[in-house]
Amino acid sequence: MDVQEPGVLLQSNLPIKFGVVVFPGSNCDHDAWFAVSNNLGQKAEFIWHDATSLGDVDAVILPGGFAYGDYLRCGAIAKFSPVMQSVRKFAASGGLVLGICNGFQILVESGLLPGALVRNRGLKFICKPVPLRVETTHSPFTAEAVKGQRLTFPIAHGEGCYIADDRTLDQLEAEDRVVLRYLDNPNGSMRDIAGILSEGRNVMGLMPHPERATDPLMGSTDGLVIFRSMVSAVAQVAVPVLSGR
Amino acid sequence: MTPQVIETHQLTPAEYDKIVALLGREPTYTELGIFSVMWSEHCSYKSSRLHLKKLPTRGQRVLQGPGENAGIIDIGDGYAIAFKIESHNHPSFIEPFQGAATGVGGILRDIFTMGARPIAVMDALRFGSLDVPRNRRIVEGVVSGIAHYGNCFGVPTIGGECVFEECYNGNPLVNVFALGVFRHDQVFYGKAKGVGNPVIYVGAKTGRDGIHGASMASAEFTEEAKQKRPNVQVGDPFLEKLLLEACLEAMQTGAIVGIQDMGAAGLTCSTCEMGSRAGTGIEIDLKHVPQRETGMTPYEIMLSESQERMLLVAEAGREEEVFRVFRKWGLDAVAIGHVTADGILRVKDHGQVVAEIPNRDLADEAPLYDRPHSKPRRGAPMNPPQPVPNRATRAAIESDLAALLGSADICSKRWIWEQYDYTVRTNTIAGPGADASIIRIKETGTSIAMSLDGNGRFCALDPREGTKLIVAECCRNLSTAGALPVAATNNLNFGNPERPEIMAQIVESIEGMAEACQVFETPITGGNVSLYNETLGEAIWPSPVMGIVGLLKTGQPTPMHFRNPDRAVILLGGFGQTDELHFGGTQYAKVILKSLWGLPPALDLDYEKRVQRAVREIIEAGLAESAHDLSDGGLAIALAESSFGPAGIGARIAIPAQPRPEFLLFHEGPSRILVSTSQPENVLAIAAKNSVEALAIGATMKERLRIDCGSDTLVDCDLAGLKRPWETSLERMLHQS
Repeated sequence: MDVQEPGVLLQSNLPIKFGVVVFPGSNCDHDAWFAVSNNLGQKAEFIWHDATSLGDVDAVILPGGFAYGDYLRCGAIAKFSPVMQSVRKFAASGGLVLGICNGFQILVESGLLPGALVRNRGLKFICKPVPLRVETTHSPFTAEAVKGQRLTFPIAHGEGCYIADDRTLDQLEAEDRVVLRYLDNPNGSMRDIAGILSEGRNVMGLMPHPERATDPLMGSTDGLVIFRSMVSAVAQVAVPVLSGR
Repeated sequence: MTPQVIETHQLTPAEYDKIVALLGREPTYTELGIFSVMWSEHCSYKSSRLHLKKLPTRGQRVLQGPGENAGIIDIGDGYAIAFKIESHNHPSFIEPFQGAATGVGGILRDIFTMGARPIAVMDALRFGSLDVPRNRRIVEGVVSGIAHYGNCFGVPTIGGECVFEECYNGNPLVNVFALGVFRHDQVFYGKAKGVGNPVIYVGAKTGRDGIHGASMASAEFTEEAKQKRPNVQVGDPFLEKLLLEACLEAMQTGAIVGIQDMGAAGLTCSTCEMGSRAGTGIEIDLKHVPQRETGMTPYEIMLSESQERMLLVAEAGREEEVFRVFRKWGLDAVAIGHVTADGILRVKDHGQVVAEIPNRDLADEAPLYDRPHSKPRRGAPMNPPQPVPNRATRAAIESDLAALLGSADICSKRWIWEQYDYTVRTNTIAGPGADASIIRIKETGTSIAMSLDGNGRFCALDPREGTKLIVAECCRNLSTAGALPVAATNNLNFGNPERPEIMAQIVESIEGMAEACQVFETPITGGNVSLYNETLGEAIWPSPVMGIVGLLKTGQPTPMHFRNPDRAVILLGGFGQTDELHFGGTQYAKVILKSLWGLPPALDLDYEKRVQRAVREIIEAGLAESAHDLSDGGLAIALAESSFGPAGIGARIAIPAQPRPEFLLFHEGPSRILVSTSQPENVLAIAAKNSVEALAIGATMKERLRIDCGSDTLVDCDLAGLKRPWETSLERMLHQS
């Protein structure tokens, strides 16, 4: 946050704490941890999948990978992990939950987000940077972006084709819950959807990897806007609590 | 033992007699199986060991040379890297997907068994012609197998190379390189130290898969090869990921004394090698080994090559600390025996001894052969089948350039590498498609560059010179990225060493490698030998593959692509020398003239070294906007590849009239690098200081590539049109019907 609105108390100097859930088979857990702690200067800790509590984290990231080997179906076993009970409660109470790639698949399997993710149209795993368009800034994940802004994040998935029935898709659009769209749809996702929000707008899932675009050495820092938006959103919510201490 | 039983174990009568002499009795059936895998070519290097000794293995940075699971070099700041290359050629022919997948799994275990976390994988692939449908299926299978394993495990596959030649029709090569990072004080070795310490089995359960895989990899293929499919193992990358995390966490406890993965020859190799290295014995009882099939015999358990298993030795009394970690990750961890003082591998089955062999006899007493070697078998005639035709017109040069750009070896391999997750772990500074791949090390602020190279055509013409050229190119790729080459690993892929003309190729290649590695100060820290790459008596070309690593400061990489118009284009190293004799191994000869003859390009190692030093100095001084080395397809292809970047910048170049344009544009002489710069005088000065020729041959410009020779224009193409065949042809060739 460079500019503060006069009269609004922001605690943006205080780092917030991200919890990064580690399932057996998660493999982008460290990347998410490094992005928010090293590249963003926030606090971050890992949460083991059998934890029954999330501790005092301000936001939760379900990272990419192959939780439980993605056996059966991507995310289908992970949803039964003890930690997902706590994630559900955290989300229900308004906490921010970001699911990236396999994390998105787990959120969908868990029913925290609608629709499903199936095999890419070309039936192959695809790894490449893809251009995206920010469809809404009315979310704690994109508030600091500009509507229509173009972001480039890498994708790396074999099952990232987003599908849902027409009614669900219409509803997502009517409620302004499509956050990101592919400009050049790589996987056959319906209506070019790359990321969506929950009804309460505090849970977001996306297939591209914003955490892999948080360092100029990696070729892009476009992903920072997602995490910065989360930090601001948490800081704003935290104000009354902190000032009441 | 009947002669047939001995023969089916691929032991010669003399080798069998040696076993009897060492034991002082006839071996049991289980013992015969154990000897047969440990003394196989794959495990014992019996044909190559004598010559491998000629390779330089020491250097200032080398912490661990050959003989361990992987070599280790110091990268400063208290950190080290472990790296090695290994082949999975035979399994990948029989079952491409699983063969390649388990090849990745095996080399990853070699890295993390030493305590290092794998942070990069690369692969060198050789396939037969894409005109043959079976070869296309092998490509699809191998690529998806590598992707399946590496992507799920969470290691980026950041580069490699892929070449297509008829000689790999019945014998594809899949060589996988892996590299890991750790602190000096985190290094673990495969030593079974401490009498009385428990021997612990961890990871996947043992099944009947892969029995005799090592022996299979030590024989030629015959018509019955497909019946060997059950010998190929099945990989589970998810289990391997758990095994990685559990092993690294267990190592933190301080309770682990030694550890080794169960790769080729499984439980047999890991037990006797760990014992042999420590000068100890090991006693195990197979009833404790976790099994996923019923009724397995001791023979089968000892020879199984089931994947994702490790053997470790813990400090007595601290087993529980180790078990606790493996329980957390949901993995089997069972004490199956203990370390003894007598130096003997004693295998019991429910208390009854089924094998009793001194560890040293298995690991160190394997036969050593000085196999007869004659002159290397030449893969081609000395003279061109017909005189090289005159194709110096603009129409011919432009059409030949397009044909080369769309040819299987030179075209973009994007179809392959986009299936690999090359950005996971957020360290990839330069990924696939670059001259060298670069990984940053988060812990030290430095970076590691790496490159894999091979050239079967050059080696078919002259294995010694061809191998030197490979080492030179591999180092040149690193230098072109600004990195100093520091250490190497090698994969020696050859035919049947029992044939003197093949053995001669092996000897010549190793000696050439030794000479070049000496000059570039890149000691060999480990590697792999894959022999018997023959099907129905047809050997592959001699195909050594080098993997070399280099060090550099972390920063934005120097791209290979031109970035801005109106920059000077400098050809560092000069136009080079060639003639008809040295032109026969080029891609031009292959693609345009459809032939192979003569000798590989001439190489002056000392000049090469100076060119490389010059380019590193140019990059370090911040003078290079782009740098790209000349290799397959020569100058014309390097210019085109440099023009295919995101900025859409090409170049206008002038070449001299001699030698003839086809030779000058397409010869593959070494020691040459294209640099674009806004400060040509400074670049030329650094070249002069290193006594290296450097020529300003033109300037960059938008959207076109133009090559003039005197008043003639030889090439004048817009980049989009030039790039199309390069970008699309691999997929088109794979999906032809």
